[in-house]
Amino acid sequence: MAQQKEEQKKYEQYVKEVTPVHSLPQNMAKAFLVGGIICVIGQWILNIAKGYGLDKEMAGAWCSGILILASVILTGLNIYPKLAKFAGAGSLVPITGFANSVAASAIEYQKEGQVMGIGCKIFTIAGPVILYGIVTSWVLGLIYWLFQLM
Amino acid sequence: MSGQLRGKQSIELSGPVRILSGASVVGSKEGEGPLGEFFDAVGEDPMFGCESWEEAESILQKEAATMAIGKAGLLPGDIRMMFAGDLLAQSIASSFGVVDLNIPLYGLYGACSTMGESLALGAMAVSAGYGEHVLALTSSHFGSAEKEFRFPLEYGNQRPLSATWTVTGSGACVLGTSGGKAKITGVTTGKIIDYGFKDSQNMGACMAPAACDTIYQNLMDFDRLPKDYDKIITGDLGSVGQRILFDLLSEKGFDISAQHMDCGMEIYDPETQDTHAGGSGCGCAATVFASYILPQLALKKWKRVLFVPTGALLSKVSFNEGQSVPGIAHAVVVEALQKGE
Repeated sequence: MAQQKEEQKKYEQYVKEVTPVHSLPQNMAKAFLVGGIICVIGQWILNIAKGYGLDKEMAGAWCSGILILASVILTGLNIYPKLAKFAGAGSLVPITGFANSVAASAIEYQKEGQVMGIGCKIFTIAGPVILYGIVTSWVLGLIYWLFQLM
Repeated sequence: MSGQLRGKQSIELSGPVRILSGASVVGSKEGEGPLGEFFDAVGEDPMFGCESWEEAESILQKEAATMAIGKAGLLPGDIRMMFAGDLLAQSIASSFGVVDLNIPLYGLYGACSTMGESLALGAMAVSAGYGEHVLALTSSHFGSAEKEFRFPLEYGNQRPLSATWTVTGSGACVLGTSGGKAKITGVTTGKIIDYGFKDSQNMGACMAPAACDTIYQNLMDFDRLPKDYDKIITGDLGSVGQRILFDLLSEKGFDISAQHMDCGMEIYDPETQDTHAGGSGCGCAATVFASYILPQLALKKWKRVLFVPTGALLSKVSFNEGQSVPGIAHAVVVEALQKGE
């Protein structure tokens, strides 16, 4: 058993050596560029919304809504996957990436029906983000509450 | 009959097994690839006029089967039995694709090695006299495979350089006892080989050990050297898997670099088609065999080849549960007909 584990490790190490990988600095630069552009667009929408006299919260809602809509439309037109291929985490981390993962599942599973298809599987990719997002905010809320007690 | 058994895992077929015809239907990306002109039909619509990827894949199988039977000058009723499979769960592309053909069916699952499995079993059946005409058929579809094994198609992500691109296509061959374009003279049944490797985005590394094992066993069982084959053709190892195969076989004392060809590396141009390590899927080996390898043998450009489709035996569940990705490879010895045959 120990010897088998040893050999598996050796093979894994060898495969790692012969397998080409993407250039990390290049990927980071692309992610920074595209992620930055998406955030600048968001800020721009926010500023315009505020210019129309909306308060901070309302302007933020408009900003998120427009970015989500844009991402869903680009997903349907098969443009967002191409952007993501170039940008990686740059297009994954902003709210547009989340919208893409939901829209992509909805498109793929609609053939399986409104309930068992879209209904059950729309959060196939986004589900973990929602679950652990809620858990994390609950934990942070707890910590915040404890601090207030002190 | 024991005279037919060779070594530990091989059979030298005593009865004649001829490949009467081969046919392939592929998608537009494959049609634009380096082998595009060889395929029988190229569909521009990835849905092939259907409502879903799965139905589209079924249509591919039906078309390829019908075409192969027609090319052999036969009718579906002339086929005694067929061996068919695909990559989807419960092999639904095959079940729904061939139902209208009304041919007795053995459904197979050998992942991307299925064309080797179906040709091997078909050849055994024909050689033993259990069928005068037998059909071997497999398919894969990029859309249905991505959905089955990875993410919805529109989900934006980056594929690693070791990833392969699932071929949209189906290949079919009709086997019989006389006439035809080439003959199957031997098979080597592959074992499951598991090196404990877990990266499903590096299929080449998962399957190369199985390819090595089957090729080595074939050479041992038939007492041959790599140079006894004009080509040793793997299914879908891709560029990463090929490198590993060469290294593993050289450890066992064989150098096959002069003979080796990989269907996955032939079907796409990685520079212009953005496919990374190469093509994969049951349809990869099947279409390349039916439309490129078989004609080379019929033209007698190659005298004897070893066709070794390779499969990675994983499911989404096994992968999520942390299991490794074992490989399997089945080998079929295919030879050109000699004068007078």
